[in-house]
Amino acid sequence: MIRFEDVSRIYDGMKRAALANINVEIAKGEFVFLVGGSGSGKSTFLKLILREFRATTGRVFVAGKNVGELPERKIPGLRREIGMVSQDFRLLPGKSVFENVAFALQVIGKSKSQIKRVVPETLELVGLGDKRDRRPDELSGGEQQRVAIARAFVNRPKIILADEPTGNLDPETSVGIMKLLDRINRADTTVVMATHDWAMVDQMRKRVIELENGHMVRDQVRGIYGARA
Amino acid sequence: MRHAFSEMLSGLRRNTGMTLAVIVTMWVSLSLFGAGLLAAQQVNLLKGEWYDKIEISIFLCTSAYSTGNCTGEDLTDEQRDVIRQAIETNPEVDKVYYETKAEAYENFKEVFAGTTLEESLTEDTMQDSFRVRLKDPTSYLGLKSQMSSMQGVQLFQDLHEILDPIFKWLSALQWATIVLSVLLLLAAALQISNTIRMATYTRGREIGIMRLVGASNFYIMIPFLLESLVAALVGALFAVGTLWLGWWLIIRRNAQPSLESIQWIGPQEAGFASAWVFVVAIVLSVIPTLLSSRRYLRV
Repeated sequence: MIRFEDVSRIYDGMKRAALANINVEIAKGEFVFLVGGSGSGKSTFLKLILREFRATTGRVFVAGKNVGELPERKIPGLRREIGMVSQDFRLLPGKSVFENVAFALQVIGKSKSQIKRVVPETLELVGLGDKRDRRPDELSGGEQQRVAIARAFVNRPKIILADEPTGNLDPETSVGIMKLLDRINRADTTVVMATHDWAMVDQMRKRVIELENGHMVRDQVRGIYGARA
Repeated sequence: MRHAFSEMLSGLRRNTGMTLAVIVTMWVSLSLFGAGLLAAQQVNLLKGEWYDKIEISIFLCTSAYSTGNCTGEDLTDEQRDVIRQAIETNPEVDKVYYETKAEAYENFKEVFAGTTLEESLTEDTMQDSFRVRLKDPTSYLGLKSQMSSMQGVQLFQDLHEILDPIFKWLSALQWATIVLSVLLLLAAALQISNTIRMATYTRGREIGIMRLVGASNFYIMIPFLLESLVAALVGALFAVGTLWLGWWLIIRRNAQPSLESIQWIGPQEAGFASAWVFVVAIVLSVIPTLLSSRRYLRV
């Protein structure tokens, strides 16, 4: 589903590569933890998949497409196949839970009837069926993140990218979010989750890709956070 | 599309101050631009009319004149024939006719009928003259130099010499108006691109989400485009209103009744200027929006 072929990314004016010579393949339906300290290149890894920018060298394939060669007008199409969840939720404060999730469908031109059908379904899935009319500031952090996940998943993308989704949450709430992502993954969605929540990684026993200063230092099936293979 | 309209409306509300500034700048600059167009059309109209009517008058000597080519005696038929032949054989000349003193006096009385001037002259103070129309009214200098050395020619009169400086000033004025309006329109365009830039900041979160979930560039841009288009069109509407009001008050109500002998710009010319005002308003709102949203809304 996602393949990096010898990918490096150097930001303008920086000497050191944010990512260097990454070769990795993530299969359809896999769940992958992307671990490493701040500045290790996790966010760059995710942004390359979203084509927020191109790899400096090497090639990134998403769903069989070389995203570096995608013309600009086809980038929105790529992003419709990817759901993105971030640490800071990024909800629209003036809109209700329902409207926040519906927004993602409205702006890609989905019909009203479709929105009316799919959004409640998705809110049910993330456990917010009874809070559809609340505003984000009336929700707890965990609930806000569930709204963000619902928005990312509402268009049923093939891939969910999560950048430190539990970074602002307490451990208990984090477990709930983790379970939710796990459930989404079981519905055959590929999930890549960048985190430095080691307890979570150890508990889940999923594939772990570790980055350090832009280099891939570990790729372990059923890994734990700390140990090197 | 519903989203685009509601976004546009909320954008216009949010940026009321800037939107009003754009409308006012557009209004003033487009009014000036339209006024420049109206003035240009008026000048062209007058030019066409006057230059069309212009004929050269070659006044002949009478016993009242004794300087230059005149000797203080009435012109002989022979001299007159020489002059006529010179005129008729000149390749620049299109038409020529002879106006006698009596005809000149009749014309004079007709023009000044009812005024005190009517009685101020007698037939004897009038002159015989040749009235000449040239093939190209602007190239009168050849004939002039030929005539001014001819025996019996008292005066060579061409209205070009009087009208040209007037038209020169008029067209300078009209160009100044247009240049001024172009500068103002430039300011309006910059203002629009600034407004868009501010709007992309205030709407940064929405735009970020839209990009993330895969909204198309066009979809993201359309509210901004509509916003500046609406502001520009409102400005253009005011400007067109100003133009028509100005045309009606200045030309229809005042200038035309007091100077009926000349041709004045009418609704057709005002309509032409209005159409251009709208075209310029659309271009000047769409282009800066496209440029600045390319810059600030990059995928």
